Amino acid sequence: MKSDKSKLTFWLLLSPLILWLATLIILPHIGMFFVSLREKVGVREYETSFANYAVFFNEPLYWNTFARTAYMSIAATLLTLLIGFPIAYYIAKLTRGRTKTTLFLMCLIPFWVSELVRTFGWMILLRETGVISQVLQYAGLVNGPVEMLYNDAAIMTGLVYTSMLFMVVPLVTTLDSLDDSLIEAGYDLGGTSFSILREIVIPHAMPGIVSGCIVVFMLSLGNYLTPILLGGKDSLWFTGLIYSQFITRFNWELGSAFGFLLLGLSSLIVFLGLKLSGQSLSKTMAR
Amino acid sequence: MSSTPDLECRAISKSFKEFKAVRDVSFSVPQGTFFSILGPSGCGKTTLLRMIAGFQEPTSGDLLIKGRSMLDVAPNRRPVSMVFQHLALFPMMSIGANVGFGLRQRGVNKADIKKQVEAVLERVGLGGTSDRAVSSLSGGQKQRVAIARCMVLEPDVLLLDEPLGALDLKLREHMKIELKQLQSEFNTTFVYITHDQSEALVMSDQIAVMNHGVFEQVGTAKELYYEPKTAFVAGFVGEANRFHATVDSAKNGIVNLKTPEGKTLSGLDLGRGLTNGSKVDVFVRPEAVRLSRNAKDITKMGNTGKGTVENVLFNGANSQLILRDATNGAPLNVALPQTGEFRDLVVGDNVHFGWEPEQTRCFEHQGA
Amino acid sequence: MKLKIMLSTVAIVALSTTAQAETLRLLTWGGYAPDEVIAKFEAETGHTVEVTKSNNEEMIAKLRATNGGGFDLAQPSQDRIAGPQAEFGIYKPLDLSKIDTSLFIPSMLEAAKGNTTYEGEVYGVPHIWGTSGLIVNSAEASDIKDYTDLCNESVSGKVSYRLKRATLTGFAFAMGMDPFAAYDDEAAYKDILDKVEAKLIECKANVKAYWDGGDEIKNLLRSGEVVAAMAWDTGGWQLNADNADINYVAPESGALGWIDTFAIPARGRADEAAYAWINFVMKPDIAAMITESAGNFTASQGGDANVNDDLKQRYQASFPQEAIDNVKWYPVVPAGLEALEGAALDRINAAQ
Repeated sequence: MKSDKSKLTFWLLLSPLILWLATLIILPHIGMFFVSLREKVGVREYETSFANYAVFFNEPLYWNTFARTAYMSIAATLLTLLIGFPIAYYIAKLTRGRTKTTLFLMCLIPFWVSELVRTFGWMILLRETGVISQVLQYAGLVNGPVEMLYNDAAIMTGLVYTSMLFMVVPLVTTLDSLDDSLIEAGYDLGGTSFSILREIVIPHAMPGIVSGCIVVFMLSLGNYLTPILLGGKDSLWFTGLIYSQFITRFNWELGSAFGFLLLGLSSLIVFLGLKLSGQSLSKTMAR
Repeated sequence: MSSTPDLECRAISKSFKEFKAVRDVSFSVPQGTFFSILGPSGCGKTTLLRMIAGFQEPTSGDLLIKGRSMLDVAPNRRPVSMVFQHLALFPMMSIGANVGFGLRQRGVNKADIKKQVEAVLERVGLGGTSDRAVSSLSGGQKQRVAIARCMVLEPDVLLLDEPLGALDLKLREHMKIELKQLQSEFNTTFVYITHDQSEALVMSDQIAVMNHGVFEQVGTAKELYYEPKTAFVAGFVGEANRFHATVDSAKNGIVNLKTPEGKTLSGLDLGRGLTNGSKVDVFVRPEAVRLSRNAKDITKMGNTGKGTVENVLFNGANSQLILRDATNGAPLNVALPQTGEFRDLVVGDNVHFGWEPEQTRCFEHQGA
Repeated sequence: MKLKIMLSTVAIVALSTTAQAETLRLLTWGGYAPDEVIAKFEAETGHTVEVTKSNNEEMIAKLRATNGGGFDLAQPSQDRIAGPQAEFGIYKPLDLSKIDTSLFIPSMLEAAKGNTTYEGEVYGVPHIWGTSGLIVNSAEASDIKDYTDLCNESVSGKVSYRLKRATLTGFAFAMGMDPFAAYDDEAAYKDILDKVEAKLIECKANVKAYWDGGDEIKNLLRSGEVVAAMAWDTGGWQLNADNADINYVAPESGALGWIDTFAIPARGRADEAAYAWINFVMKPDIAAMITESAGNFTASQGGDANVNDDLKQRYQASFPQEAIDNVKWYPVVPAGLEALEGAALDRINAAQ
């Protein structure tokens, strides 16, 4: 009797999650998968085939766009890690109490406005007639207006800015759990700052680094507004391709296939990343 | 062996804003000594140790190791090693990698590291465990790895920050003996801080009792126990009954005291120069008090009295009686002799007690 | 007693209006349904109006996602009705008897009806028309007369256009070809597209950014970061009001003319309100209000009479008679053509 009751409680507690997963994630994906298998052969005429997937592999344009998106996302992830690590270390190890909360909040502030507003903020700063350009001219550092928008560096800036919090939070959490005496022991035994970072701090923070990297990589790969708005004419982003297939080309079939390819290929990259860093997903997420 | 001490502190002080954690502490530790700093928490002993290790900079004073000032030497360049309170073994490394960490930092080649690590593990009785994970070890074994990790670097001074605190009682008793043994085996100078007097008393060659940032007394365990120089040491080292009293008369090194309740006590001045009327703190160790069923047996002792058994705390060799003094109603702890003579004492029984004047330690009352 | 009668009267009036009152969910362009027009319409008919602003592609995508539901009236361009209707069946045929056709300029009504006919049924009637051409800052780029001039060395890095089918069409005309004539010949159209694609890839270095929304291009022109662009006429006229150097120019090879229509989605639920809205906004005085708001003229007979003189003057400055005669009106886009154009646009976007 009692086990029946606890079983019921278990399923009742689980049901919101199952409902959520099923109705909002699994069902739409099944639907999208079937759409992706439809090949358009004429007006209102469709056949089941993998033709849409073949388009991706046969057309170097799509391939290259994906490769570029993945490569830029990896670069953005590494850059976020490089900038986020010292910030997280500072917050976790060198501050206490109110300062810590304040710094944490400051990482959060960009998220009080929508992504669109954030991106427009960057456009106002970076454009030719923008704030930075004018300050540089005023300071006499440059002769004419400088265009800092519409290039890969602008995309990178936007992506890193948008992702920072998602890197800093897991890093602060893992670094917080690193006992200060381990670092002191490292120094005491003759370690240099670099060797302590390499042999003690980074191995300890590895689960945080990996989970932060996965989140930032996925966010960058799936970002749409930032690369499109900041990248200008050269902003080729895979999500932009999916958007244009769905919205401006009315080609849901190809768009769905692209969606699945994005899901599959990004999972593959994450898997390879985990293998390379010697971490496992369960180990990373359990922390 | 030169006569230069391994470690020497000269008027070293440390202040945090308004608070003076360590004030003008001077001491020196000869080579091969097991030196303990004993004090209650917050007395400044940890700050002192961290200054020696280099994690904190002294506000003033000098610190020398083997005669060389360490003030401008970074912690990773000092010839000292530290065993941390919670050991601070690196969980991400194997036992061998932990022990070899310091050698790797010195750039010793791999084959030598392996050899030395194995040798030091052998010495602490953990030969052949080099590839195992730290988490596979018991508390006592971890302790030994932590010491091995320091000793492999052959430091001039090994600092130990209450490393036994986290262990259970039985293991702690065992590790006390083992630590002392390891120290004499390695013949390295140990500086050990603790708030546990029995750890300090059992292991140390020299003990410094620290309170409010100053050393109250430095000496051997016996000196501290039998000849405490200050009221704090008398109260902190070993057990003691404590009374307030006023000097009634002081003559030829003998002082007669009177408690506020009117009980008279007699003790020795021991050169402290107590004068009539001065207020004193009086300490009497439970183990110095004799019990007797009849008053005659103890009349010759300088201090006598009669009391009622209020409680019997039976704890084998450490059993105690709590008596209520018949004259002044003050409680008195008395060690229960292990002869079995008093095993039948029960609560409510009356019993006589007494102790010799030399067991009465009087210190001029500090403060108001 | 008096109060009671009053209350019951109010109740009857309220009841009678709720019986007919519907909510009109309007899918339209920015400026096509100004607030004062909605207020007047609601006061007059009792219907309420909910506006969703969109563009051609999004309208089709939205209606396709719901199989023609979610909205009661849409305003796609006339050339984008027959194709999507054939493909997705997202509209329902119009009941022309419910529309007061006397309110429309006859020639425009007939043209729109012809262009939006699919399988014998009419799916759209005209509302607002306008052109896209060039907006030029004459102080900095006086040599820009046609679409292809945007590739001139003199304006390098200070040019913008959209990466949409209008650009492909405009460049094709400026390169001396007639893409509209090739609509029904896929091979010929492909040939034209290839040439335009090569030209646009070559021209890419000149482009500062491909613009996406009307505000974006106006910003670029106003700040001076862009001195010549392919854009809509209204944007040019608006900018001209602030800066006399900037104005809309009908290109030598002809401005591209578009007509936005009224079409009723297949699963619209408020047809009565939809027809009421069409008949309401086509009245000359209301049409003038919409022209003020949208900046473009309507297909309303006499609707331009009440428009302010400023706008008329700007319109006449940009469109001398020969320019009006030279406007290239979009014919119906055959189904499937947009896939070809899409691939070409993707390649232009990807080119380095």
